[in-house]
Amino acid sequence: MAEHAPSAKRIQSETDALIAPGHTLASITEKIASLALKRRTPLGWFVGFGISFLLLQALLYTLAVLLFKGVGVWGINVPVGWGFDIINLVWWIGIGHAGTLISAILLLLRQDWRTSINRFAEAMTLFAVACAVIFPVFHTGRPWLAAYWLFPYPNTMGLWPNFRSPLIWDVFAISTYGTVSALFWYVGLIPDMATLRDRAKSKAWKIVYGMAAMGWRGSARHWHNYESAYLLLAGLATPLVISVHTVVSLDFAAGVIPGWHATIFPPYFVAGAIYAGFAMVLTLSIPLRKAYGLEDFITMKHLENMAKVMLATGLIVAYGYTMEAFMAWYSGNPYEKFMMANRMGGPYAVFYWLLILCNVLAPNLLWIKNLRTNTTFLFLISLVVGVGMWLERFVIIPVSLHRDFLPSSWGSYAGTRYDWSAFLGTIGLFLTLFFLFIRFMPVISIFEMRTILPEGEGGEPKS
Amino acid sequence: MQIFHHSTNTLAKVSIFGALFAAAGGLWLVLEVNRSSYVTQAGVARIQPVQFSHQHHVGGMGLDCRYCHTSVETAAAAGIPPTQTCMNCHSQIWSTSPELEPVRESFRSGKSLEWVRVHDLPEFAYFNHSAHVNKGMGCTTCHGRIDRMPLVWQEASLQMEWCLTCHRAPEKFVRPQAEVFNAAYEPPADQLELGRKLVQEYGLKPRTSCSTCHR
Repeated sequence: MAEHAPSAKRIQSETDALIAPGHTLASITEKIASLALKRRTPLGWFVGFGISFLLLQALLYTLAVLLFKGVGVWGINVPVGWGFDIINLVWWIGIGHAGTLISAILLLLRQDWRTSINRFAEAMTLFAVACAVIFPVFHTGRPWLAAYWLFPYPNTMGLWPNFRSPLIWDVFAISTYGTVSALFWYVGLIPDMATLRDRAKSKAWKIVYGMAAMGWRGSARHWHNYESAYLLLAGLATPLVISVHTVVSLDFAAGVIPGWHATIFPPYFVAGAIYAGFAMVLTLSIPLRKAYGLEDFITMKHLENMAKVMLATGLIVAYGYTMEAFMAWYSGNPYEKFMMANRMGGPYAVFYWLLILCNVLAPNLLWIKNLRTNTTFLFLISLVVGVGMWLERFVIIPVSLHRDFLPSSWGSYAGTRYDWSAFLGTIGLFLTLFFLFIRFMPVISIFEMRTILPEGEGGEPKS
Repeated sequence: MQIFHHSTNTLAKVSIFGALFAAAGGLWLVLEVNRSSYVTQAGVARIQPVQFSHQHHVGGMGLDCRYCHTSVETAAAAGIPPTQTCMNCHSQIWSTSPELEPVRESFRSGKSLEWVRVHDLPEFAYFNHSAHVNKGMGCTTCHGRIDRMPLVWQEASLQMEWCLTCHRAPEKFVRPQAEVFNAAYEPPADQLELGRKLVQEYGLKPRTSCSTCHR
């Protein structure tokens, strides 16, 4: 890149890996906008969307059955009152965290590499929250009554929710999270919506994108307000990365169940959330860049950075598992000891050891640069981590519950086919939304990509 | 090239701003409807098989509540009087009134009059009359001025928040035990002072735990 001016050197050396050489303002805009605007939809999109949409029908069917027959169609009962429903809630909420971390914390830390992945990571957050809330809401059995169980409003019973319960904090944490994520995502989309509006060919799409652009003209005043709003939202979203999964972990930590009642839960849940979230971003971005030829924008450097974040958070999670086992021994508490022995050698021990394999051993392969930069390997390991994080919640929730304090209350737990169809169904919902998103919206932030071009190409310098 | 008319700017602002008011208004409407007599049936007089007037019998003639509702001091239900109670008087007075023919028919056949229930608590709420009337809770506190009702209507909403207004602050409603069956009793100006004294004296500890009423 010798033809670039010396003044751009610093930026150049830092960003040459963030965007493939040879791009200009126009080529970036053209490339990303054309994905949303092109007339012909690729056949592969229809196949993917069709499968996702079918899975979504399984979710709707499951929920209909659940409303007719009650939550008993799920495998939950005494003593295991929380099963797949809460596992899936925690799993999905955790996945969302990477999106917020990328969009908010990395923005405030001026990590330029977030630019090409923040848009779809935020979309992922939003869709993951949508999948997550289905579970606690339908777990109540009668969601239309859940309004007064969950929200403080002046109801005719003169009752308020129990504000001392973490379950109520959860309602606020997750609804705040959903709201801020949606706002952040949408505000980030506005300038790109205007780009699509200006480039759309048909009148109908001009109107649709035009409404979404909310009258954006790109004036200096618009940009000024926009930058302030975006920074403020980033500031608002930053504590949410920490707080939401902390509150989710308190749902367990505040209970006196061995295996739940541990002070390490909040940090270890947050790390696990970011871990699972980055795994999901990789799971989505590797096929996406391949299918849409986005290797120029989502470069190996991006994938490698995400792999490093995964490795780091994976090690924190491994530390969490170690501490759980250590405290079970060190505390001398017989119930804790029994819980850990039961995890490692009880009827569900295979899940525990699979979890250790997926979440602790497998990610250590990411130390090796050759593997870290191999997209197939990265894709596989991100799937492994996704499975591992699901197993983690399985080990924490039903495995802690199925051995009650009194042996007379012991039981066993297995998901029913409705548990599985609900879980697969939310994956269907997630992918359906994601396929719609990549078809009709700019999957990468066009205007932010333009800013990482070096000055020499006519881009604005990154301050 | 202009896609939208410039009035769209105003329209957008108004609709975003208006959506907030619509949401708040919708919530307010739901809460109001839930408390209205359309839902609670409060204040709606019911047509009965015999148009028995409490106004006439209690207000006019001065019958005591317990003359008919005999179990109010000893049982959960206050009790609906048997036809025989009516006939104590009505075998002598108004004994040929066509208005009272259903009463005489019931007396002859032994088949009870089927009164329309006015205060119909849901089955999941446990309520005991005796616990209340023996602890200084007057009839009219809940039932209103029954001595002025030609046909009975439900005075209170019977919603849980209404139960709790008293269970959370009985001193606002308690009256001297001697006045419990006095329909014309008016609370004194220093109700709170008297109330606190009576709460002490009667040992009132109305509970608000779930299982007090939902057993």
